Amino acid sequence: MPFPDRIERTVEIAHPPAKVWAALTTAEGLSAWFGKEVRIDLRPGGSAWMKWDSGHTADMRVERVEEPTVFGFTWHIFGLPEDDPRRTYVEFTLQSAGAGTRLTVVESGFAQLPEDAYRTAYDGNTQGWASELGELTDYLDAA
Amino acid sequence: MPPDIKGIAEQVFVALADPSRRAILAALASGGPATATDLAGRLPITRQAIAKHLTLLAEAGLVTAEPGERRRVRYRLRSAPMRVAQQFQAALARDWDGPLDALKDHLDQHVRGSA
Repeated sequence: MPFPDRIERTVEIAHPPAKVWAALTTAEGLSAWFGKEVRIDLRPGGSAWMKWDSGHTADMRVERVEEPTVFGFTWHIFGLPEDDPRRTYVEFTLQSAGAGTRLTVVESGFAQLPEDAYRTAYDGNTQGWASELGELTDYLDAA
Repeated sequence: MPPDIKGIAEQVFVALADPSRRAILAALASGGPATATDLAGRLPITRQAIAKHLTLLAEAGLVTAEPGERRRVRYRLRSAPMRVAQQFQAALARDWDGPLDALKDHLDQHVRGSA
């Protein structure tokens, strides 16, 4: 069974890189095709945020800004609990292709596993609700 | 990616592919640790079949056996392998085709609006 760490797509767009860049990196551009509401501080380390009609939101951290060829950010892994620390890295690469742009998006890091999850996946250490409820019982017993 | 991650995810999906094991894991997730006898009282599966599945699930690391009341073995769901499997699903659940189509449409100005 393959376990994909990365997703990659390349599309040909009939518009120059500068126009595609604006659609990818500005709040106005992003809100026209991606999120419903968008805020973005376009600099490495800057934060960005998007919200959809469903109420789903995404907190992003801008990582690479090399106008007009590379835009990268990290965000929470879709489908994992909100408090899960794992994040994937998304990178858009823009190449001139005739009068248009060849746009590649790569999202990587799905197969990562943080140190603590790696450890708990093996050592039989059971944490979470069971141990927290145990701590609560101990606390109440001691009171 | 360490090869064991793939192995862990595989074991989760193999476990979930069987309706009886799925029912057992669901019962442990919703109701907490239980003995084979407890589970037999709650599920339309014989105690003998449940014990067999629990042994397999324990060997795969998806449940752990611990001492329960009256010297019965109690089984507890282990969430760590499930979290590994979630990552696999996350990659399948991510949709880039839709947004990229929306981006093209936006730039072509055929369609404007929400993604």
